[in-house]
Amino acid sequence: MSQSVKYNAVVTVLGKDRVGIIAGVTGVLANLNINISDISQTILKDMFTMIMLVDTMNSTYDFDKIREELKLLGEKMNLEIRIQHKEIFNAMQRI
Amino acid sequence: MFENFEILETINMFRNQHLDVRTITMGINLLDCAAESAETACRRIYDKITKRAEHLVDTADQISREFGVPIIHKRISVTPISLVAGASDADNYACFAKTLDKASKTIGVNFIGGFSALVQKGFTAADLKIINSIPQALAETDQVCASINLASTKSGINMDAVALMGKIIKECAELTKDTNAYGCAKLVVFANAPEDNPFMAGAFTGVGEPECAINVGVSGPGVILAALKEVPGQPLDVVAETIKRTAFKVTRVGQLVAEQAAQRLNAPFGTIDLSLAPTPVVGDSIARILEEIGVDTCGAWGTTAALAMLNDAVKKGGTMASSHVGGLSGAFIPVSEDEGMIAAVESGTLSLEKLEAMTCVCSVGIDMVAIPGDSPATTISGIIADEMAVGVFNNKTTAVRIIPVPGKVAGDKVVYGGLWGEAPIMQVNPSGSVRLIERGGRIPAPIHSMRN
Repeated sequence: MSQSVKYNAVVTVLGKDRVGIIAGVTGVLANLNINISDISQTILKDMFTMIMLVDTMNSTYDFDKIREELKLLGEKMNLEIRIQHKEIFNAMQRI
Repeated sequence: MFENFEILETINMFRNQHLDVRTITMGINLLDCAAESAETACRRIYDKITKRAEHLVDTADQISREFGVPIIHKRISVTPISLVAGASDADNYACFAKTLDKASKTIGVNFIGGFSALVQKGFTAADLKIINSIPQALAETDQVCASINLASTKSGINMDAVALMGKIIKECAELTKDTNAYGCAKLVVFANAPEDNPFMAGAFTGVGEPECAINVGVSGPGVILAALKEVPGQPLDVVAETIKRTAFKVTRVGQLVAEQAAQRLNAPFGTIDLSLAPTPVVGDSIARILEEIGVDTCGAWGTTAALAMLNDAVKKGGTMASSHVGGLSGAFIPVSEDEGMIAAVESGTLSLEKLEAMTCVCSVGIDMVAIPGDSPATTISGIIADEMAVGVFNNKTTAVRIIPVPGKVAGDKVVYGGLWGEAPIMQVNPSGSVRLIERGGRIPAPIHSMRN
């Protein structure tokens, strides 16, 4: 990951692997005008795991709305989708 | 920039290991609400609390959503009511408790603490009124918590108050016997009570506190347990280091949430309470941590040593993670609220005597312990006196929250539900302490309290 990536939140997607997860999540983010700065995915013990660093600053929607849209998608696709401000990871993982 | 494993570790702590912020507690000064008429004082109290804490719940919920951090409780702590009500014409202070209850419900918090008095050296007239009002106040309200400080290292132990509280606890149990003496779960007695404690039932806002402050209590026994499962059989140095590292991360969550809450609520950040607070949920137990460290069952020999190390390592890791640490800051060992403690009592391994020993090295004390309903008031006072001595002579906070459940005997069990859990009725030493308690007076402050 490059050091100059601009992002203010982290989206994580956990669930059983299936066709269309990335398309589904990125589609919703695009509709909300959220830029994806970095994306990575792995399959851990049959569990699909995707981490995206995103920038919500240009989105016209507030954080609650974004969170709600992702949650709805998660329910539809049977995935756990979270969006969290990056500060929580800074707090816990950096001194 | 983060590595994937770091992000997943954080997610996993919230997702599988029950990491949460246990409480955001807003401390509110009520000294300026005093009035000659109790009615006026109550109106001022209600207005002040509901105005100052109007957005507490919304703000906490918003922070929770944005950062993905569960925030379990939103609470209020106020100036000890004995100090506010003393100027009034009321003889019974239950009306003040009802006002607090109403304010608490209006703003949507789940508990309000501060139906309190500090009597370590003696009673004022108001102190006696509030203590005598406690049984009725707790029976007739839902969300009010009462606490009385009976002793301090500087002042010694007020044994008249210890004797009185034994009776008050019994009375409280009797008045709330329909709910298995639930009133007693909302009443705690202290030695060296902290003035900025965010946790119930003992939260109150001391007179040295500002007009308003945000105090946050973190939790995370499940996270510590999960981390220790990664180092089986390793020396205790490694165990201590692992706890420290994990406590650091847990506390940083609390610090972030506290800073955000303070800023958004326009109130100064007070302290982070570094306590490990269990819940009855499997995987969120202090007892199970001690068992992971190496005792077969909590209460076995070695339990006190393991707990001492746990408590110390949590403080060492947490202190560096927070700008201000306060409150109780240590591992809690409430029996009914900890699945592993309940199991240890039921297996016969954990006795009241061993619990007392454990309180020498961790925060709080004999907490959420249910005992037979026919235990004499003087025996309850004896338990309190011992616990006060542990606190006073070891320069630490200790407390007793004990529930003599009417009609129940050792081996029975009562269920309170939710975070209060379920309490096995514990055996109490049948030998009495009547003559000690009836002496009354004060146990002088220990020699090492004179540090000037």
